[in-house]
Amino acid sequence: MSGQVRRLASGGRINRDRGLRFTFDGRVLEGYAGDTLASALLANGVDVVGRSFKYARPRGIVGHGAEEPNAIVQLGSAAASVPNLRATQVELYDGLEARSTGAPVFQRAVGRLGRFLPAGFYYKTFMGSAPLWMASEPLLRHAAGFGRAPTGADPDTYDRMNRHCDVLVVGAGPAGLSAALEAARSGARVLLADEQAEFGGSLLAETRPLGVDGATNWVDKTIGELASRANVELLPRSTVSGFYDHNFLTIVERRTDHLGLVSPNATRERLHRVRADQVVLATGAIERPLVFANNDLPGVMLATSVGTYVNRYAVVPGETLLLFTTNDQAYRTALDWRRAGREVCAIVDVREAPGGELVAAAREAGIEVIAGHVVIEAIGRGRVARAVIAPLNASGDALDGPTRRLSCNLIACSGGWNPTLHLGSQTGVRPRWSEDAAAFLPGDLGVRALCTGAVTGTGSLRACLEEGALAGATAASRTGFGSGRTTFAAPVIDEPRGTPARPLYLVPHARPVSRAPKQFVDYQLDVTAADIELAAREGYKSVEHVKRYTALGFGTDQGKLGNVNGVAILARALGKTIAETGTTMFRPSYTPATFGTIAGRDVGEFFDPERHTPMHTWHESKGAAWENVGRWKRPWYYPRAGETMQQAVNRECLAARDGVAILDASTLGKIDIQGADAAEFLDRIYTIGFRRLGVGRCRYGLMLREDGTIFDDGVTARLAENRYLMHTTTGNAEAVFAWLELWHQTEWPDLDVHFTSVTDHWATAALVGPRSREVLAKVGADIDLSRDAFRFMDVREGEVAGFPARVFRISFSGELSFEVNVPAQHGRGLWDALIDAGSEFGITPYGTETMHVLRAEKGFIIVGQDTDGSMTPADMGMDWAVRRNKPFGFIGDRSLVLSDHQRADRPQLVGLASADGDTVLPEGGQLVDDPKPPPPVPMAGHVTSSYYSARLSRPIALGMVKGGSKRIGETVYCPLADGRILAGTIVDPVFYDPEGERQNV
Amino acid sequence: MLRIRCPYCQEARSEEEFSHAGEAHIPRPANPDASSDAQWGEYLHLRRNPRGPHREMWVHTAGCRRYFNVLRDTVNYEILATYAMGERPADEPEEGAL
Ligand SMILES: [Zn+2]
Repeated sequence: MSGQVRRLASGGRINRDRGLRFTFDGRVLEGYAGDTLASALLANGVDVVGRSFKYARPRGIVGHGAEEPNAIVQLGSAAASVPNLRATQVELYDGLEARSTGAPVFQRAVGRLGRFLPAGFYYKTFMGSAPLWMASEPLLRHAAGFGRAPTGADPDTYDRMNRHCDVLVVGAGPAGLSAALEAARSGARVLLADEQAEFGGSLLAETRPLGVDGATNWVDKTIGELASRANVELLPRSTVSGFYDHNFLTIVERRTDHLGLVSPNATRERLHRVRADQVVLATGAIERPLVFANNDLPGVMLATSVGTYVNRYAVVPGETLLLFTTNDQAYRTALDWRRAGREVCAIVDVREAPGGELVAAAREAGIEVIAGHVVIEAIGRGRVARAVIAPLNASGDALDGPTRRLSCNLIACSGGWNPTLHLGSQTGVRPRWSEDAAAFLPGDLGVRALCTGAVTGTGSLRACLEEGALAGATAASRTGFGSGRTTFAAPVIDEPRGTPARPLYLVPHARPVSRAPKQFVDYQLDVTAADIELAAREGYKSVEHVKRYTALGFGTDQGKLGNVNGVAILARALGKTIAETGTTMFRPSYTPATFGTIAGRDVGEFFDPERHTPMHTWHESKGAAWENVGRWKRPWYYPRAGETMQQAVNRECLAARDGVAILDASTLGKIDIQGADAAEFLDRIYTIGFRRLGVGRCRYGLMLREDGTIFDDGVTARLAENRYLMHTTTGNAEAVFAWLELWHQTEWPDLDVHFTSVTDHWATAALVGPRSREVLAKVGADIDLSRDAFRFMDVREGEVAGFPARVFRISFSGELSFEVNVPAQHGRGLWDALIDAGSEFGITPYGTETMHVLRAEKGFIIVGQDTDGSMTPADMGMDWAVRRNKPFGFIGDRSLVLSDHQRADRPQLVGLASADGDTVLPEGGQLVDDPKPPPPVPMAGHVTSSYYSARLSRPIALGMVKGGSKRIGETVYCPLADGRILAGTIVDPVFYDPEGERQNV
Repeated sequence: MLRIRCPYCQEARSEEEFSHAGEAHIPRPANPDASSDAQWGEYLHLRRNPRGPHREMWVHTAGCRRYFNVLRDTVNYEILATYAMGERPADEPEEGAL
């Protein structure tokens, strides 16, 4: 594998016997099992992995984990393509295809415009200028993305798992491993999750021994013990992405991403939904970069990342290293580099007199330490070639002497550490600035979660192990396991004596910030120190506002590298301390999650369940077009060959008016109400009275909200002295049921009344039309069907077609009608029998569209279509359905007499006749009084229902018009988007059979 | 996601089994017609929306379907008590805190 020019001949946790071939932007490259895409790219000498978001500058790999801002790649193509992955977190597999994303697109689209887009450009330009935004939006939206959406349905499967544990340990680095071990030994149920394939965290790149073991041996032994315990579950490749209320956490487990792009026979990703008694956050820390001019050149990396590539992946991402540091720990990287046989040009240390043991070791190794200096600028084309250094003054805000240049092609930076406190912050606990640690530390997470290890600012490895163990014991004891004391003996580790760090958030340049070459704070969104200072000059004082103005931390990396430097630069510009300036909060997800993981199995037919009536297959066999009503599938109309929808609906309507037609009404909500106080309860719920309703009789009622607006309507029948059957609208059945429960449980628990939802127990066939009685007689019913024995609004029980049945003589069409209910299992049998018996009468099945036309011809409203939640019975002309002065009153009655509900100019239900007698007014169309008014145009109302009536041979419509009931005969206008203006005459809302004769035949 | 103890089921269950039902302890006026428009409007619309402990009603929608009361801190979402309809919690906080 000669292409791997930067691979060391030996070492690393890679399997050199398993070579892997992959492509990057079309180039064929090779790596090893155990590589990440990033380590393999570095091994192959790939310097540039993308172009930056705004300025299209070449960018290289900076980090080695979740913090990576530049190496954002897209894997695969077409439907299986995955965008927005960090190359540092992609495990290499054979055949992997990766492309760089984002910036080249932007470059092509916007060209060199980026350099003219200062901070706040979008904000200033587009908040104030709608036309400019309209013109530019498609271009910018197209340009600004990181990657492309897949082109088809995701071929993979995902799922979801609920979990409970006593102690969830997040992160399997040194602190997390010892915490998990200690908690496990106490007997608590432990869940340990880490985002990497291998547990161990920083220990995987640790060169010091732990006691008698190598660091990785210690990791192996620890994992061995954890894995052997029945009370422990280990979740590698699992990112704890969200920390929500009451210790609910989400974990995204990547189960097959390391095997290939598509794994159709396996679960690709699993979302673990965890409720943990205790949470131990051992999430570590991420090194803080240093902000100097051209610090985005490929070849500028984090010091730890350089050390990790050398030690863990046997990759040297350059030849000549310059280490630029504010602290002792980073010296290890220079020593590692030297141990790998590569040249260290110098260590540039911000501190005047660094003197720790690691500093001494570097000097002993012959490495030049240039103290009190800083790298002010990197120079090179496409990659670092030189560094410009200069002495720093005592206050750290200016240079203190001449510059000079050093030749190097790798600058490893360490500006200290940013604890990975995202999860704690997600719970709403604000991080606090610690001057001692020179870092934001997690705030107080209360008694159900604790932080341990580097996330708390702890630097030494031995301390991380010890603190982790104590955290594990503490968490376990809080859940009732163990004493809270540790059994853990931390191994002896060589911890060199150090000297304090000297934090530096912005490296001064010979020129002022605004004129110096760009000093990048946020690589991913190209935010510079000058941008932040500009925001401060323009008056932004809150860190949250500066974030939005400059886009600092707005990238998919949520500013894991840049935020703290950005806050510090802002603080200085505002003349405040970092503690006063504060930091922004983090939100889930810690790293981006796929939509597939979130959706899990709730896709396709499982996305939202469908409800089918017992007659569904019959409708299907007749080619019904469907309408979704709530979750129900209802036949909309039944087109015959060659028929348009309008032709089918006309035919169905005429059949119902002139002969006989049949509707599947099974979906109507049905609630069985029983108890000694059932009548009293209904009296309070409905506008109308039920106390004096005779057994075997039905009554229509309106249900109001307490504010007097219409909530539901329907017919309720009295089946026995203390038993009623309530019908609700199809879409409102569950809400009505909950409404009854609410009032019964909270206000009137003393009433003896019980409810059961029986919607699904019954199948309902509505026989409609002047010949419906004949069909019912023919199919066989042991009920006297004569007009005087079975009156309008009667209910009878008996047998129909041999099935036990309840028959209601109610009508939503204005025609003679029998609604036949049978137990659901007989629904299809009843339906077939009625269709059979009706064939000689030309029985015609009809759907919801015809149902709507028939009811609109009669002026019957549909709650939710003709009403919108603001309408009272009076508005709908339905005062006839309201009985005030009931003994107790009813829900909403007091509100009906509120002054606003008495206004004469409230919108009121009217009929609308198309002035040309031909054009159907559009439902939702707005109505105005003046066809050509000067704006602003006062609204007169709107159209709520509108159809062509085959029986009347003209369009009909219902609408709400202000003061409409007093405006019969006047004309209103309906302006359309295409410029036409339709005229309509206000008429009575009952278009057909106003005397109501037909339903009584 | 909250974890709520249903006082009827006597179990702590996940929020997704429950529905929020607004502020608790707002009795319906015994004689609505005796209240002025302003009083009635207050009963209909005015709610406390406090910062801190808040008494609210929840219903165990996907469980026993019973309504009950929850004392919940609106700042940190801690649930200080749950109790059945018609009860008040034993450790009543200061009225001023509510
Ligand atoms: Zn319950």
